[in-house]
Amino acid sequence: MAGIRSYGAYIPLHRLPRSQIATAWAVAPQAGEKAVRNFDEDSITMATAAAIDCLRGIDRSAVDALYFATSTSPYTERQGSSIIASALDLPSSVRTVDFGNSLRCGMEAVAAAMDAINAGSATNVLVTVADTRIGAAQGEFEQSFGDGAAALLLSKDGVIATMLGSYSMTVPIMDRWRAEGDAFVRAWEDRWTIDEGYNKFLPQAAAGVLKKLGLEPKDLAKAAYYGPSARRHGGIARRMGLEEAQVQDSLFNTVGDTGAALSLMILVAALEEAKAGDKVLCVGYGNGASAFVVEVTPAIEKARDRRGIRQNLASKRYLANFEKYLRWRELVTFSAAARPERVPISVAALWRDTDQVLPLHGAKCKVCGTQQYPPQRVCIVCHSKDQFDPVTLSDHKATIFTFTHDNLAASADPPMTVTVVDFDGGGRGIFNMTDREPQEVQVGQQVEMTFRKLYLDRGVHNYYWKTMPARG
Amino acid sequence: MAEGIKDRVAIVGMGCTKFGENWDKSADDMMVEAAYEAYEDAGIEPKDIDAAWYGTTSSGSTGGPVAGALKLQYVPITRVENACATASDALRNASYAVASRVCDIALAIGVDKLKDTGFSGLGSAGGIMDAGVRPSTTAPGMFAMMATKYFFRYGLSPDEGKRMIGLVSVKSHHNGTLNPKAHFQREVSLETVLKAPIIAWPLGLFDCCGVSDGSAAAIVVRAEDAKKFRPDPVRIKALQMSVGNEGLVRSDYDYTHVESTWQAGLKAYEEAGVKTPREEIGMAEVHDCFSITEAVTMEDLQFSPRGEVRADIESGFFNLDGGLPVQPDGGLKCFGHPIGASGLRMIYEMYKQIQGKAGPRQLKNPKLGLTHNLGGAPPACTIFVGIYGE
Repeated sequence: MAGIRSYGAYIPLHRLPRSQIATAWAVAPQAGEKAVRNFDEDSITMATAAAIDCLRGIDRSAVDALYFATSTSPYTERQGSSIIASALDLPSSVRTVDFGNSLRCGMEAVAAAMDAINAGSATNVLVTVADTRIGAAQGEFEQSFGDGAAALLLSKDGVIATMLGSYSMTVPIMDRWRAEGDAFVRAWEDRWTIDEGYNKFLPQAAAGVLKKLGLEPKDLAKAAYYGPSARRHGGIARRMGLEEAQVQDSLFNTVGDTGAALSLMILVAALEEAKAGDKVLCVGYGNGASAFVVEVTPAIEKARDRRGIRQNLASKRYLANFEKYLRWRELVTFSAAARPERVPISVAALWRDTDQVLPLHGAKCKVCGTQQYPPQRVCIVCHSKDQFDPVTLSDHKATIFTFTHDNLAASADPPMTVTVVDFDGGGRGIFNMTDREPQEVQVGQQVEMTFRKLYLDRGVHNYYWKTMPARG
Repeated sequence: MAEGIKDRVAIVGMGCTKFGENWDKSADDMMVEAAYEAYEDAGIEPKDIDAAWYGTTSSGSTGGPVAGALKLQYVPITRVENACATASDALRNASYAVASRVCDIALAIGVDKLKDTGFSGLGSAGGIMDAGVRPSTTAPGMFAMMATKYFFRYGLSPDEGKRMIGLVSVKSHHNGTLNPKAHFQREVSLETVLKAPIIAWPLGLFDCCGVSDGSAAAIVVRAEDAKKFRPDPVRIKALQMSVGNEGLVRSDYDYTHVESTWQAGLKAYEEAGVKTPREEIGMAEVHDCFSITEAVTMEDLQFSPRGEVRADIESGFFNLDGGLPVQPDGGLKCFGHPIGASGLRMIYEMYKQIQGKAGPRQLKNPKLGLTHNLGGAPPACTIFVGIYGE
């Protein structure tokens, strides 16, 4: 039977205590802290990170479809899943689909993946979900929202949690929404959105899937479901007939409301602790609600090496201050540095260089065996011409050969740290370094590659890899 | 069989403006000043110039601006751009022209008006549109990486390393106080250098040369004709360039030396017949865009043994009163770096020193002088090395 073959997750390194936001605006603090993506992260980069976690130890050529779900796509006319598929070095025969526009889109991507597998039109479907919603200053959402991503590999083979069935209901309610061009999430009055929306429809979807499968709430080992706050999340448990022990932590106090990604991130956390035979309910909410139930198989023991939620939660740094958050979210206008304007990107050149940019291909000389980056036509050592095999370097570890912290270069996370690194197996590259404490960077330090956005220029989100200290 | 350039070409006239924030002077204004000083020095008229080579990175393209500013109408004028080796390469091309006998009197003139950009630090080179993914690190950032690796490789603590490179700038600033054409003419203490704000770790404000405006010019003829112009021409002994970029991709590049400098030095010494550079070179102007660059260049030019320049810096070997004075005019550190002009400004100092006209900076017996330019970044450099004498 088909179901979940693997899972992965991603939580940005940096966290911001909610009390710091509250102090800035002299409002009441919500509990806990939120995860804050770096200036160089967006839904596409985080979804890629979660997908990489999910695909650890799995032959990527087995993936034949990739579904990317987000309510915060950086593009309105360019497919995010196509970019992610390239970053993951998947072939162009992979069917890429973007799901969007509601917080339930991740759940629908999972349902569609299962439909494709059960219909026989796909064997391994990767679903990756990420959201980066923000709330306007001084409001509730500024504190409650967080950034994060989760990924599931759905398959007929090697299933660690069998998909028992799913259920969905559509409700065109406008409790929380954004219109095109809105930077911040809008909402109607809070009590109404909870009473008429969340409290009504999420339990209905949960009840719907249990009834469809002939199950009772007491049959569930865990329930992983969306909640806009810890209080609302806890309050709905009894409506669904759940005991406290069955409720998987809402991640509110440690990450925040990660929108479309939340229900699946909570599911990943539940699977990390689950054992064979456990039935786990997952419910997503947004313009209605979707739910499914999985039953864990003994094969789950083989998936324990994912970073998932646990390792991502533990690997964290606090933002130096609230101003950093304002800076990274570009909510403040900065005085321009006395530096030249960026040269426009040649999209034609970027396309031609795609393989060395998105999947980070280097080349290995067939004659002398030297691995080199970027790919050359003439070998840097033996000067043989056009005798190369591609090498995917994005999953290689690397070592810092030298570095600098450049205060003159403009950066949203100053100073700009640039590293010269040697890849395991050969090849040298010069990359920006991110998610690092400058004082801790050293010659000889081991780093991993991370997929990030360099900048947005004239409508082009320019994605590339950076180095960072290994997480977890 | 190719021959070298040694003793085939002579410089018979040179000019150089004051370098600095020349707000009231355009690029054209500065070229007129430098060229007319050179004409007077050589005792020639503008109409005597047969051909010109024009070095600039940002103040003009084609030879048109030179024709316009100097009223050199209807002669061949080539614009040269080779990063920081631009001005020297203009001289190299002019020298080859007279040596090949296709013309008799050639002008090499360089200028840049960098203060018009309004930038802190140099702008980006070339402005070529590409995929746009390379790290946008600055020039200080790239050379800082060489400093970091040099300190690491030779076991220097951050304080020891900062002191080593700091002394380089202190020495140059002292020389600048003796030069009315320099932008900065004041002493700077080591303490000031060490306490200065960090630009790109470990390089601080005083480890980095400034951005400035300036122009310099040289008039060259075949050596056999030189005495017709003046009794004390300066003969060119070597003009070499070396361009390498494999350090970007090769994993065995060590970031503690510049291979192209080493290679250009070897070729220049061979061309000039120099066997023991540390003994035979009497003075040098090298590319001190950053203090670490000068320090490493001392090793790359074989003035100091590999990995041991620190001892020579500490002992004052490169000071004005030392065994091998480096940057006798104050260097890029005191002049700033109008890229198109710097190479010729360096040669101007060598020229004046050899003729005994360096005033308060005059060295006793300069013998051979060497100039060196470095364009690009440590893994991928365009290097010029020239040697001059009587």
